[in-house]
Amino acid sequence: MRAYFNNIFTALITIFVGMKVTLRHLFTPSVTIQYPDVKLPLPERERNRLYVNMDDCIGCDQCARACPVNCIEIETVKSLPGEDLGKTSNGKKKALWVTKFTIDFAKCCYCQLCVFPCPTECIYMTDVYEFSEYDRNNLIYDFATLTPQERQEKIENFRKFSEEKEKQKAKTDKSE
Amino acid sequence: MIYDFLNDLTGSPFIAGTITALLPLFAFILPFALFAVLLERKVAGHMQDRLGPMRVGYHGILQTVADIIKLIQKEDIIARNNDKLLFNIAPVLTFAGSYAAFAAIPFSSVFLGANIDLGIFYIIAVTGLVVAGILMAGWASNNKYSLLGAMRSAAQIISYEIPTILVVLSIVMLTGTMSLYDLSESQTSYFWNWYLLGGPEFEIQKFLLIPFMLIGFLIIYISTLAEVNRTPFDIPEAESELVSGYHTEYSGMKFAMFFLAEYANMFAVSAIVVALFLGGYQSPFGYLGNLLNINWLIPLEQFFWFTFKGIFFVFVQMWLRWTLPRLRVDQLMAASWKYLIPIAFFNLLIIGIISIL
Repeated sequence: MRAYFNNIFTALITIFVGMKVTLRHLFTPSVTIQYPDVKLPLPERERNRLYVNMDDCIGCDQCARACPVNCIEIETVKSLPGEDLGKTSNGKKKALWVTKFTIDFAKCCYCQLCVFPCPTECIYMTDVYEFSEYDRNNLIYDFATLTPQERQEKIENFRKFSEEKEKQKAKTDKSE
Repeated sequence: MIYDFLNDLTGSPFIAGTITALLPLFAFILPFALFAVLLERKVAGHMQDRLGPMRVGYHGILQTVADIIKLIQKEDIIARNNDKLLFNIAPVLTFAGSYAAFAAIPFSSVFLGANIDLGIFYIIAVTGLVVAGILMAGWASNNKYSLLGAMRSAAQIISYEIPTILVVLSIVMLTGTMSLYDLSESQTSYFWNWYLLGGPEFEIQKFLLIPFMLIGFLIIYISTLAEVNRTPFDIPEAESELVSGYHTEYSGMKFAMFFLAEYANMFAVSAIVVALFLGGYQSPFGYLGNLLNINWLIPLEQFFWFTFKGIFFVFVQMWLRWTLPRLRVDQLMAASWKYLIPIAFFNLLIIGIISIL
């Protein structure tokens, strides 16, 4: 009998205690933010979408080799002797035309391993994290600055050049 | 009464009756449901330190309107093995049950659908239709979760009707009337005349009654909360166990009807509690209309006080929802049969003894 009334008493008291707690929370300011309008500041070393500054890229392929998931694909063509490709910001001379530089962000695991080997510090993490797409193919980002025609042209140029070189080599071999 | 007024105005009992019947729906239930759903989401949000809907309109006030538009556009899905006839009748019946209760609820001294002598008895009887609708929905859905939810709902509503009725009986015994209009009228315009505080007669009985009236009020509040299937008594819906109980299979406007019925029910039971214990539509401290000698202001004030009290108790229901976890089935039955019913019964006896003193 005593337990019976105790039960009733405990039930009522605990309900009122619980209601007091929830009522207090009704008037505490919310801890959430209105996301698309307000954004939380990102931590200092956040790792999000990669960006490649092609002005500085020398096409050395080190980032692609460092990548553990092979999401970076680079194709390069040697420049002809007369061509001047300019210099990178830290004074390295560029010697290769980068005809393909794609990063597949569907594969990318945001490990930042590609950033460290880069000799010119041209590949780095940005603070962009909203880049969802409806089509997976749209996540393959192309960073190469050359237009498709130019790329074709460079490849063609190099092929002709090396063919000529071959011929010349053959000629000199014959004459000897 | 509003019916007589309209009858005089239009000269046709049919038009007057139709308007009287539709008035609670369009003037009250639909706006109330729109408001209550938003209130629920806002209360839920703020109690969990969130903000709730924020994007449609200022602080999300148009959110429920947008939801209704979405629900209207939705496809009405009927699965192949559903019992089509019962499946279609069930939401209508459920809503009809909770809507019919509004006929006898006195919103103010002039806005009362039907002033029947058996008001409270009628309400308790007609809300039984809701059980039939819910069982029908559960059975016709041909889905184990729906059926389980419906069975639980029926068991719960039937067992919690007993303490409700016992408390109602004690009030009826004390006052000698079942008409909600007379009950509200007798608790004249000051809060110490409410039955929660012993009723309008200022005698020694009034003070003896106060503790038992408080007990009765708590019991009827708890048991009506269980009757409308709201958390902590929401085992018929129990989304973590039963998907969403008897309305798992419903979509679009049929689902909206269940929803509307739930919110209409929430207000209906609050209104019953208010009419029985908290002075119905009477103001707690006199009327502005009396003070300024404006007669037409009084019914409006009464309407305001009635909806205010009703919505306050709806708010308390929401408050409880976000405070208490769900009861287990055996705990639910124990709460009713071992605690509420015996207490309500003894309360009835004691109130009876006090009233013959």
